[in-house]
Amino acid sequence: MDLSVFGYQFMQNAILAAFLGGVACGVIGVFVVLMHMPFIGVAMSHAAFAGALLSLWLGFNPLLGALAFSLAAAAIIGPLADRGGLSPEVSLGVIFSLMMGIAFLFLGLMPGTRSSALDLLWGSILTNTRSDIAVLGAVAAVVVGLVFVFFKEIQATVFNRSIALSVGLPATLILYGVLFLTGATVTAALRSIGGLLIFALILNPASAAYQLTYSMKRMFLLSAAFGVLSGWIGLLVSYLLDVPSGATIVITSSVVFMIAAVFSPKRRVKRWRGRLIAEE
Amino acid sequence: MSHRDETTTAISIENAVLSYREKVALRGVSLEVGVGEFVGIIGPNGAGKTTLLTLVNGLRRPRSGRVSVLGRPLNGRGRHALRKEVGYLAQVANIDERMPMTVRDVVMIGRYGILGLFRRTRKRDWAVVDEALELVGMTSLAGRPIGHLSGGEQQRAAIARCLAQEPELFLLDEPTASLDWKAQTEILELVKRIHDERHLTTLFVTHDLDAMPHTCDRVVLMKDGLIVGDGTPDRLISTESLSRLYDMPLPVVEERQPHIHVKGS
Repeated sequence: MDLSVFGYQFMQNAILAAFLGGVACGVIGVFVVLMHMPFIGVAMSHAAFAGALLSLWLGFNPLLGALAFSLAAAAIIGPLADRGGLSPEVSLGVIFSLMMGIAFLFLGLMPGTRSSALDLLWGSILTNTRSDIAVLGAVAAVVVGLVFVFFKEIQATVFNRSIALSVGLPATLILYGVLFLTGATVTAALRSIGGLLIFALILNPASAAYQLTYSMKRMFLLSAAFGVLSGWIGLLVSYLLDVPSGATIVITSSVVFMIAAVFSPKRRVKRWRGRLIAEE
Repeated sequence: MSHRDETTTAISIENAVLSYREKVALRGVSLEVGVGEFVGIIGPNGAGKTTLLTLVNGLRRPRSGRVSVLGRPLNGRGRHALRKEVGYLAQVANIDERMPMTVRDVVMIGRYGILGLFRRTRKRDWAVVDEALELVGMTSLAGRPIGHLSGGEQQRAAIARCLAQEPELFLLDEPTASLDWKAQTEILELVKRIHDERHLTTLFVTHDLDAMPHTCDRVVLMKDGLIVGDGTPDRLISTESLSRLYDMPLPVVEERQPHIHVKGS
């Protein structure tokens, strides 16, 4: 196996991007999984994609539009999740499809080749620039830093928002904070992982970690580790087989989840409890 | 508003009106609760009992009327600070079986509000948590994942969480709903014991007369967002008042007479 390619600048950038994206998505994923709102990530990543396409069409940096759209989506989703008359899934479904529509509208309107637009859809971790990595690094640092500083507030809010409120914690603020962080993470990872695939990198590592531990701290650590691992293995496979890296990263993260699910001690507990109940 | 003695009045509500969107939940409720009282609040579903509790712990703001709890008038900032000092046991919510938190972690949530932002848990906080767990008889289960507990054990853990706040005021919303008879009686005894040992002021809400602790000092009857009766249990709980409260004809109430434990009966 010739691995001399890992000596090149673009490959080192890719390795760094996979590390930072893996950490940020892994940490955000813990919220998404524990708060039972997987659809929020989907809606958010499509919003980011639509915003990026609008920006491209207008000739701006696509990350600006992506950030604006995903933060706007967070601002709409928050109140919906809070006190929507409709069930949040329904409202999120509506937002999700609207964002898809907007994204494809601008894709259609775009003149000439659409390779830069398609890059945002599928991601291309190998063409990351230094500034892309700086953005990703900044977001990852903010995400990790906030979780570290506000761990107890986050833990309580994730466990049960009304309980967190009733002991006097600013739980609503925490929820909005988490939504905005999700938007920022999706935006920062858009170019590397791609709008269609990023959600898998948010959901899978966290779901895998969720299978393996009863400690929330450990879940954060494991999830970030799985995110990085998925990124690195996916990158290697992508290089060896000469296939798109976004796809291999996401498939790797799914495999990590499946392995975790098979070996989950929580599954054994469930089976064991099931047997106890059956025996009664 | 007259000056009340803060050492004897825990809760003072004057003519509170509260509504969610178009639905009026409280239509002018006035209630005074003294320090150390154990008050049972009963009434049919939708009477406004839960709303009354959320008003007392500052989760909701009245549209009109005055509310003062533990000597604080409840306005903007006061409500937030108050919640740290009120133990509030909300109606049972389903706990994710795989939630990555132990019983001890969950009880510690009770300390988080008092601790405040940017502060880590200290040894003393864990000592308070362990003491609360001991009081509810859960020491041996402290390290268990919270999702593995039975319904009665989860309620005990929730009570311990409220105790970890070291509250003066304890609000319980249907704490025995969906529990079997044994767990129900154990929780009732526990609540009463805690009320006495910790010298708390306790409000206990239930729609189920059988779940009303027989040791209540006082019973408040609620219906359609109003208080329709207030007094000692033996004076207040009669077939006539129940017939009115639940809109059931007298003979039906007599026939179904719940096993209420009226003092002296």
